[in-house]
Amino acid sequence: MSPKKNNIKGFFKALPKNIFSGFVVSLIALPLGLGLAMASDAPPIAGIIAAIVGGIVVSILGGSHVTIAGPGNGLVGVLLIAISTLGIENAYVAIIFSGVLLMSLGFFRMGTLADFFPSSAIQGMLAAIGLIILGKQFHIMLAHKIQREDTVDYLFEIPFSINDAIHYENKGLIFAALAGVISLAIMLFYSKIRNKYLQLIPAPMWIVILSIGFSYYFELGLHQSNPISKEYMISGIPSIQNIIADIPVPNFNNIWTLSFWGSVLALTLISGIESLLSIKAVDKLDPEKRRSNVNKDLKALGLATVGSGFLGGLNVVTVIARSSVNVNNGASNRSSNFFHAIFLVLFIVLFSTQLTRIPLPALMAILVYTGYKLASPSVITKIFSIGKEQLIIFFVTLIITLKIGLITGIIAGVIATLIIHIVINKSFGLFFRNLLKPNVLMFKEETNENSFYVSVKHFCSFLNYYRLKKQLDAVPENEDVIVDFSMCEFVDHTVMENMNSYQELFNKRGGHFDVIGLDMHDTDSKHPFALRRMLPVPKIIKNNLTRRQTNMEILAEDYNFNYSSKKEKNVSFLNNFLFFNTKNINHIYNKLSHKDDAICFFDIEFSEGEFIAKEVVRSTMLHIELKHNIPEFTLDKEGFLEKVSALAGFKDIDIENHDDFSDRFHLLGDNKSEISNFFNDNVTHFFESNPYYHVESSGKAILIFGKERLASLKEIKALFDFGKRLKEVITSN
Amino acid sequence: MSLQPFKSIGIGVAFSPNLKANLFEAARLSVFFKSKLILIHVGEATNDKAKMLEVYLKPFENDNLNLEVVYKQGNPVDVILSTCQEKNVDLLVLGAVQRERFLKYYVGSIARKITRQAKCSILLLIKPTIERVPCEHIVVNGLKDPKTEQTIKAAFYVAKKLNSEKITIVEEIKQDQISVKVDDDKSLRRANIIKERIKLRENSRIKEIISHIPKTYTKDKIIKLQPIFGKKGYSIGHYAQISRADLLVMNAPSKMTFWDRLFPHDIEHILTELPTDVLILQ
Repeated sequence: MSPKKNNIKGFFKALPKNIFSGFVVSLIALPLGLGLAMASDAPPIAGIIAAIVGGIVVSILGGSHVTIAGPGNGLVGVLLIAISTLGIENAYVAIIFSGVLLMSLGFFRMGTLADFFPSSAIQGMLAAIGLIILGKQFHIMLAHKIQREDTVDYLFEIPFSINDAIHYENKGLIFAALAGVISLAIMLFYSKIRNKYLQLIPAPMWIVILSIGFSYYFELGLHQSNPISKEYMISGIPSIQNIIADIPVPNFNNIWTLSFWGSVLALTLISGIESLLSIKAVDKLDPEKRRSNVNKDLKALGLATVGSGFLGGLNVVTVIARSSVNVNNGASNRSSNFFHAIFLVLFIVLFSTQLTRIPLPALMAILVYTGYKLASPSVITKIFSIGKEQLIIFFVTLIITLKIGLITGIIAGVIATLIIHIVINKSFGLFFRNLLKPNVLMFKEETNENSFYVSVKHFCSFLNYYRLKKQLDAVPENEDVIVDFSMCEFVDHTVMENMNSYQELFNKRGGHFDVIGLDMHDTDSKHPFALRRMLPVPKIIKNNLTRRQTNMEILAEDYNFNYSSKKEKNVSFLNNFLFFNTKNINHIYNKLSHKDDAICFFDIEFSEGEFIAKEVVRSTMLHIELKHNIPEFTLDKEGFLEKVSALAGFKDIDIENHDDFSDRFHLLGDNKSEISNFFNDNVTHFFESNPYYHVESSGKAILIFGKERLASLKEIKALFDFGKRLKEVITSN
Repeated sequence: MSLQPFKSIGIGVAFSPNLKANLFEAARLSVFFKSKLILIHVGEATNDKAKMLEVYLKPFENDNLNLEVVYKQGNPVDVILSTCQEKNVDLLVLGAVQRERFLKYYVGSIARKITRQAKCSILLLIKPTIERVPCEHIVVNGLKDPKTEQTIKAAFYVAKKLNSEKITIVEEIKQDQISVKVDDDKSLRRANIIKERIKLRENSRIKEIISHIPKTYTKDKIIKLQPIFGKKGYSIGHYAQISRADLLVMNAPSKMTFWDRLFPHDIEHILTELPTDVLILQ
């Protein structure tokens, strides 16, 4: 552990960078805060208050490192309903209560909450929120305010609004709509223009600067009033004195209604999910590879929400877009979050009058863009590529969220996922019987590699993913982990996606995360995140390669090997090996071979025993053909393999002058003198100084393998290296 | 400790397709352990049945098999349990049931009732065979429990008698023993330090137990210690399955109430899906 003094020194050293990135983030947070608050029908300043309180409280008490807290897009839908049904006064009380609930989630260590929702359902919910934002704000962007009962109606009205906008005659409206359209264009094309001066200021701030400049141009340059219609300007940005004077007094009288607690629950759920997902995503971006304390962060966010509610602000959540900007601008610790809040305070204190010069449509264009990003067609095509069933879950959640509400929507998504899983597996019992079973086993393999081995049984889906997650989270990211799904009949998309993000995380932090045992599972799509189901009778031709298989393909290219995932039944070349005397080889697959077949790798499935005593074993082996004959032998370490019954009857051969070698290895064979000759200094030294493998010679060829399970990619590489050097040593003999 | 724990072996005999395999397994064990074999049949004694048993057990004639057949009518569970007590049976052999499609084994209702109530040790066989399948790898629990020492000793005795090569002692460590909850890097590091410490402590505890066992039983055996952090009673079963053990040796549970069945723990996890042959020692 680094001494404390260094920490403080490092903190001050990194301070300028953090202040700078806090400044850049505040440039985005200002327009977004205003816009999100207005989209939720709250006073615009409420969003800024949330960002300020969030920034200060979470930066001091939080458990994450480079996240930014503030008003979130996900909450717009819920806040909109809360404010319209409860009124703004009671909505603040609801926000306070949701903050308390969020805090208790942190205290009860419910940071795993977000893992209980299928990822397609969360995608559907986010898309619905995107559509809610987009639908409502699109009209304001075109200077066409409308009031509709249903959120869906807003979406259907969009063509009419466009039509109306084209035929505007009022100059004020035309300018307002133009401001909106130009702002949207800025949002859309900003990322496409690569100019370092332009990119200094984030797109939302460009909109703010341009519109304020436009207003000053008319006022100071042309001495005219702003041509944009008055009703489409931001109204009521209070000065700092007014904000302090107008702090609402919470009124706890009307809290015993169903709609109130419904809102509280929805606010808590959505802010919890949004924060947790953001924290997880930001952790992957952290340049210093730290792990966030999720529960501590939840507590801080809850406290910030309580404070924000009392001061007349919105819910505080961790926000992904602002956090990623934060990281990109060189933030390294929580102080940037703090400074983002401080800069917001400065903006409000110094420029609150200038902010009223921003036209509403320009601000709403930012939100329309945000909404579009959440519900863009690319989200749908991505989900479709994962599998048709995911699309069903996505749309069920999306439509029900839009038609009824967020909580109902997400519950419908969970139920739809469950039903689809049951239908796909044609089994209810698989889930019902095994739901409560602790199906995950993890232990440290006590070999020289010391990797963590995780085995999952029965099924692994969003229902019981938390068990697997709990085990995986207990492993430092710079270690080696092997997750074996070969005893798992069904693995769903949520788990596959999470496995992938673990893989990325471990790779970034110097560890290895391998998933094995999925080659026998079947999928409908080619996407690596597609759900996988064990087939009773494996298909001969598979339409999808697992990640391990694609990695093997890449490895093959690297090493100039040929790769074939097909099953081969012709395994006569293995029959000469003693190891297979009592075993029945079913097939080999995932074969990596050199052009002349001298060296080849393969996964092998063989069985021991027959009928009911039958055990099927899968392993990865290396086969090397030799140009000249060597004696037949088997070299093994004591207790290295679980079963070596085939070798019974042979005596251990001692090699003279190599006591260490004789002590550590079991050398078995028929022809003692030839073997003793063969194991000269070179060969014994080679074995003494290298990792243990089971090595067998059939006279003309050598077979090498490590464990009686499939090897991870790292193990394959190590095996290959061992085999190659062994061949050199033997041929130079 | 008397290292002859199984003086008499009992087996319930039902004239089912598995009869021959079950009989062979029990008879082989009696020969290995030099113990008396008591066949308990729930039903009438008839000549046919007696003849059938005689034919089946013919191959063991030369092994000095000490045999007794008990015929008794009544409720199978009660009969088997009461006979076990009357005859002082030390080890009761039960066949488990295999669920078709996924090749899963679980304990059927009668066997399960007997397992819960029996006062003697129980051997649950998941795949009885006529031809002997060598028992090479024994997994035994190393729980921190007063019964454990006896259990480990018995496991070594069995290993010696069955010529097993390898014994793995699994120390299941409950998660709540790790006083630190993993939240961030710092707590993770501390939790890992605590884990290492617990591992060393557990390993030395087991080594102490092994040192009490006579050398004749421990020599030439490959002894492996495997600490596992996980659910008690479950992890060992899962481990036995992946390490392809031939026999899993467990302590008998201390108490079994209605609630234990409702919220399965310890041995119940193993009974619901047998990973391999299981020996529950009383």
